[in-house]
Amino acid sequence: MKRKIPVLITFVVGSVLILSVFFPPIETWGEDFSIFFDIIAVFAFFLGGGNLLRIHTKKAIKRQKDWGFSIVTVLGFIIMLIAGLFKVWNDGGIAGDVAAPGSLFQMMYNWIFTPLGATMYALLAFFVASASYRAFRAKNVGATILLVASFIILLGRTPLGTYVTGWIPKSLSIFNIPDLAIWIMTAPNLAGQRAIMIGIALGVVSMSLRLILGVERTYLGVDNE
Amino acid sequence: MKDYHRPQLLFQIFILPLVVILSLTSALTAQEQPVIPADSIIHIPAPTSNVVAVDYVYDRGETVELTWNLSPDDTIGGRIDGYELTRIEQSTGKMDTLEVIPAGISYYKDDKLTHGHKYAYLIRSVYFGAKSSPVSSNIITPSIEIINWRLANLFAIAFILCGSVIYFIAHAKKGKKLFIRKIAGLEAIDEAIGRATEMGRPILFVPGINDMDDVQTIAGITLLSRVAKVVADYDIRINMPVSRSLVMTTARETIKEAYIGAGRPDAYNDDMVRYITDEQFGYVAAVDGIMVRDKPATCFYLGAFFAESLILAETGNSIGAIQIAGTAQPAQLPFFVAACDYTLIGEELFAASAYLSNEPKQLGSLKGQDVGKFVAMIAIVIGVLIATLAELTGSSSLENLSEFMNRLFTIVS
Repeated sequence: MKRKIPVLITFVVGSVLILSVFFPPIETWGEDFSIFFDIIAVFAFFLGGGNLLRIHTKKAIKRQKDWGFSIVTVLGFIIMLIAGLFKVWNDGGIAGDVAAPGSLFQMMYNWIFTPLGATMYALLAFFVASASYRAFRAKNVGATILLVASFIILLGRTPLGTYVTGWIPKSLSIFNIPDLAIWIMTAPNLAGQRAIMIGIALGVVSMSLRLILGVERTYLGVDNE
Repeated sequence: MKDYHRPQLLFQIFILPLVVILSLTSALTAQEQPVIPADSIIHIPAPTSNVVAVDYVYDRGETVELTWNLSPDDTIGGRIDGYELTRIEQSTGKMDTLEVIPAGISYYKDDKLTHGHKYAYLIRSVYFGAKSSPVSSNIITPSIEIINWRLANLFAIAFILCGSVIYFIAHAKKGKKLFIRKIAGLEAIDEAIGRATEMGRPILFVPGINDMDDVQTIAGITLLSRVAKVVADYDIRINMPVSRSLVMTTARETIKEAYIGAGRPDAYNDDMVRYITDEQFGYVAAVDGIMVRDKPATCFYLGAFFAESLILAETGNSIGAIQIAGTAQPAQLPFFVAACDYTLIGEELFAASAYLSNEPKQLGSLKGQDVGKFVAMIAIVIGVLIATLAELTGSSSLENLSEFMNRLFTIVS
């Protein structure tokens, strides 16, 4: 029974979601199921928050390795929770908007959380450089084509590309680096991406059918028949 | 002499430019204010004509489309601001002013109706508060349709795809042998786990940053089930930081079942899967920290990834971990290909579980998927040929055929 009920729920919900696309009278059923998911996800959030607190409190109390980070995590969690829940320094009081300007929650979000997130995102620039360095080594024909294509795109997206090949007449515009960069992006690159996307769409259909029909059950933690 | 010229110099240097700047500013400010034409007070715009309300087909009986002829005053630079729409519910006589549609537009879709009720609409042309006499539409009753025929092409495509998948599942059940090409990334899973065993270091499993309602996350969890079985057999540590609570509970169940299946339920620990945060970069920072501190021997990134993909994969690369990634986000695939040892590209992620299970029924679904690919390839080749020939010959019948092919594979919502 523990296995059959989830498979049955998956079958009913999956079938309704598909049928609701084609049959207008049951159109809203699909939306309703999505709302059910959101409700369940809200309850699950308590589990997540609880798990975070439990793991880090235990780590800090037992003075396990790197316990200092756990104290920062727990304090950050509790302070942010109190600031949001009790609307600390909020002009509108407890009934005011949680993100009202001047509130502790908003200040912490704007001046601590956002810069920290932006810092992590900014690391991407350096990682792109290091990954490109490895990926664009001309070890074989494929990698060499990749290197040449990336070099053209790089030049084409900077003023240098126009500066170097801007003099080429319109009739030979394919040799103009910015135009060549646009062609690479809109023809071979787009064609490759579309091929991947068609494959993904077919994969999703196949996977969804396996789930709906109960052929695939490993996500339930059980072997298929 | 010097003293005499000083006030004049001051005037020239400071006062005169100041006056000029202030004059320009006030002139510009004056330009920004709306200019009310002298005749607007008395000018009443000409009304619209031919107001037609029609039922919007293939919906739940909640929508009506309204069209009208533009007012004769609705010309470029003409004396009209827009059209004020009023809805009248016939049974109660209730009148609702909807909105003012800008000049030049003669279409409105009202989707806040109740199925079975009768409605009519009034339209007035508006110009600086002055309104024309109202023009009434016909009375309309929005009706409900059972089938959305607008999506008939999608239904046909879905029917062929689903039919072929189901057919090949049934076909495989009969014991027919099916050929499935090798997927290098999946062949490497055992090798990657073996490496962690030899090195005595943990395995890191990242299921992406989306929730359980994303099929990529489900695909990641199905692979987790396979990985967890080997992990339980070889008694390796697995660390799975997640960014969604529902993924946490699902992953725990999956790993727990794998340990029970391996006959070692006592070795299972809830802390193997832990919630970090829903926030994208907060999650990335935590996972990067785990990688740098724990130095896992193997990293799996299987699920939905966005900007964090390269940050995670490059950090894993820097600690020397063997990395297997898989996602259906086309924009992130190049990053994984560049930074990971093996990458499951798009459909391979969804095929992974079936491939590893080696069960005929699951493999049959992959074969059915291939039929879809075949249909897509044929359609692309025929479509390209017809479009090229139509362009070269200028034949109207070929152009129509090309247009038909285009419509056949275009989804209209």
